[in-house]
Amino acid sequence: MPESTTKRHTIIAWLEDKPGVLNRVTGLFGRRNFNIESLTVGHSETPGVSRMTFVARGTTRDLNQVQTQLDKLINVIHIADVTFEPAVVRELALIKVTATSQTRGEIMQLVDIYRASVVDVNMNSLIIQIVGPEDRVDSLIKLLENFGIEEMVRTGRVAMTRGSTYEGHGWRSTEAVRFNNGKADTNGHLT
Amino acid sequence: MSELKTGGQIIWESLIQEGVDVVFGLPGGAILPTYDDLYKYNYPVHHVLVTHEQGASHMADGYARATGRVGVCIATSGPGATNLITGLATAYMDSTPLVAITGQVSTSLLGRDGFQEADIRAISMPVTKHNYLITDIRDLPAALKEAFYIARTGRPGPVLVDICKCVQQATMEFSYPDDVNLPGYRPNLQEPDPGVVKRVAQLINEAQKPVIVAGQGVSMARAEAELRQLAEKANLPVATSLLGIGTFPSTHPLSLSWGGMHGEAYCNYALQECDVLFAIGARLDDRLTGAFSTFAPKAKIIHVDLDPAEMGKNLTIDTPVVADALLTLRAVLPQIEPNEHPAWLAQINEWRSDTVERDILAQETDELVAPYVMRQLWHATNQGDCTVVSDVGQHQMWEAQYFNHTKPRSLLTSGGLGTMGYALPAAIGAQIGKPDEEIWVVAGDGGFQMTMPELSTVMQEQLPIKIAIINNGYLGMVRQWQDVFYNKRYVGTPLFNPDFVKIAEAYGIPGRAVTDKADVFDAIRQAQNHDGPFLLDFQVEEFTNVYPMVAPGKSNADMIRRGRTSDFQAG
Repeated sequence: MPESTTKRHTIIAWLEDKPGVLNRVTGLFGRRNFNIESLTVGHSETPGVSRMTFVARGTTRDLNQVQTQLDKLINVIHIADVTFEPAVVRELALIKVTATSQTRGEIMQLVDIYRASVVDVNMNSLIIQIVGPEDRVDSLIKLLENFGIEEMVRTGRVAMTRGSTYEGHGWRSTEAVRFNNGKADTNGHLT
Repeated sequence: MSELKTGGQIIWESLIQEGVDVVFGLPGGAILPTYDDLYKYNYPVHHVLVTHEQGASHMADGYARATGRVGVCIATSGPGATNLITGLATAYMDSTPLVAITGQVSTSLLGRDGFQEADIRAISMPVTKHNYLITDIRDLPAALKEAFYIARTGRPGPVLVDICKCVQQATMEFSYPDDVNLPGYRPNLQEPDPGVVKRVAQLINEAQKPVIVAGQGVSMARAEAELRQLAEKANLPVATSLLGIGTFPSTHPLSLSWGGMHGEAYCNYALQECDVLFAIGARLDDRLTGAFSTFAPKAKIIHVDLDPAEMGKNLTIDTPVVADALLTLRAVLPQIEPNEHPAWLAQINEWRSDTVERDILAQETDELVAPYVMRQLWHATNQGDCTVVSDVGQHQMWEAQYFNHTKPRSLLTSGGLGTMGYALPAAIGAQIGKPDEEIWVVAGDGGFQMTMPELSTVMQEQLPIKIAIINNGYLGMVRQWQDVFYNKRYVGTPLFNPDFVKIAEAYGIPGRAVTDKADVFDAIRQAQNHDGPFLLDFQVEEFTNVYPMVAPGKSNADMIRRGRTSDFQAG
């Protein structure tokens, strides 16, 4: 891939759940001039460890910098770029769309086709929830724009690699390193 | 049950456990409980009172660079803490191990914009390796332990611990932790991979035009001897970065001096022409490389650094080696085959003689110029047997060009951040860390005035620091850029200076102004023979500029060279 080609990457980071950790991460993105398209963070399976999924666009060099600079933050436990891994990638959106008695039926049909669901009904509007890959979410939103979108919120991408965690990119591999005196190879990869 | 200790006591006990015997600081309301505990402790740690907190962080930095130990500075909340920032940023850019302790308002006042409250954790985040805000005394011992551990391990850097006043006053049973719990911090990636070592050795062995670029990482790993062995074994010429000065004797036949924007021309030519570039412990920043895309265009680059984020940050690297400099040199050395490189060294010598011919000092001039002062200083100090702490600007470049450093850690300077005002306070830290060392401040008239009040600290601590001001009446390097890029429009650069000798006298420090070339050596000797601090005001020729010079964003191949002596004689 030529140096200048940019690509969207999906990256997962496991963070210690300490005060200010998100501030450190977003501050780093800002000062290193990284272009972040979405970022979502929440609890992981391990108490005290948060899991962040973010989408960054850039060249190979940019993405290498994103990961190595982020990894230098003391509270960042592990990072994995899952762009080229088999992974389940999802986004959730809530869309409040204008719906009259005339249009409601047509909207419900779209909801069915997209395997979305109606989570709130009002005389003049509906709230639709959709979970899926971003292109499916984009596609439904485009159709719903014809009816008038009053409000919308999207979570941004979350991702999880398929298959066994222990063979994959789980932060547990880092946990193992802790008991292995922090050995890693010359690329900074864990052994 | 062991006795209860206050947060302030815990701070001092932790510092003592870390082997700290000196801190640089200035008290204020939010750190006062900790200062009071120092009194109760009968001063187990020497506290150096500074005049401005920026001085405290630079002193801790100078102390750390001179000794290799962690420097410690301490300040109060709000303005005390924010004043540390320039010193922290300086230390961060140059990877200096430093711990800053700041007082913070009590937890009951946090976030209420109380008197002298500033969110120093957020403010210092981009310029520290890590930082802490301590709101609970139970978190204090681990945070201090971690702060020192993080500061000195891996790629060193500054760590700030912000401690609420109520935490300093609270009490708990204290035991200093034996270990740190930092699952996300793996500093000990040290051994190079054997396969990578083999490839490095192969590249060096097969090279026709090899060059080593040695940075500060070599002296941090204390690998100067191994570097020299490597260079001598295969006749590999060695260039250094600015901060790498001293890692390889600049008087050695294989020395290329240092490269980059104001590096020697023969060094830059060698860097541009080499076919294998072995960079070790240098981060290859823009001041060394010139425009990234034009640097060492024919070279396969091997980059050894223990920070993975440095790999490919600026340049495309052929062989990245994330490892400790010493361990890498030790691993590579046995696999290196002896080599003479006669053609390559002959080519370098040709470039070198051209540089010698253009040397400012070869020109017959009665003017007092800084390069002459630097060379005389080198002679007077038994050919560089001292530590020079330089400031930032023209004098810094001349010092680096004309003072032939041969001793490790013998030049302390703000390379990455380029902090004017660094020299005097950093020299204070260095002198306290190395009481028997001859320490010279080399500063411009502009930068010196930025932190000049620290003469007060020199006086209080009775430090025998020798100060050489290179006084040309301008912010010289900025003026030089105006000369070259802004058609000599000297906006904001002429200085109206005080009488520096009288200023020194006001602090009880003797001084001497030097205007004549013939007096330089004698004046330096006078300063050396004086038992205590001494200030020399070298009033040099105003308009001399530093060459060679590479314009920012240009290739190192496009240097503005010094004129040839024959050119001067001709016309």
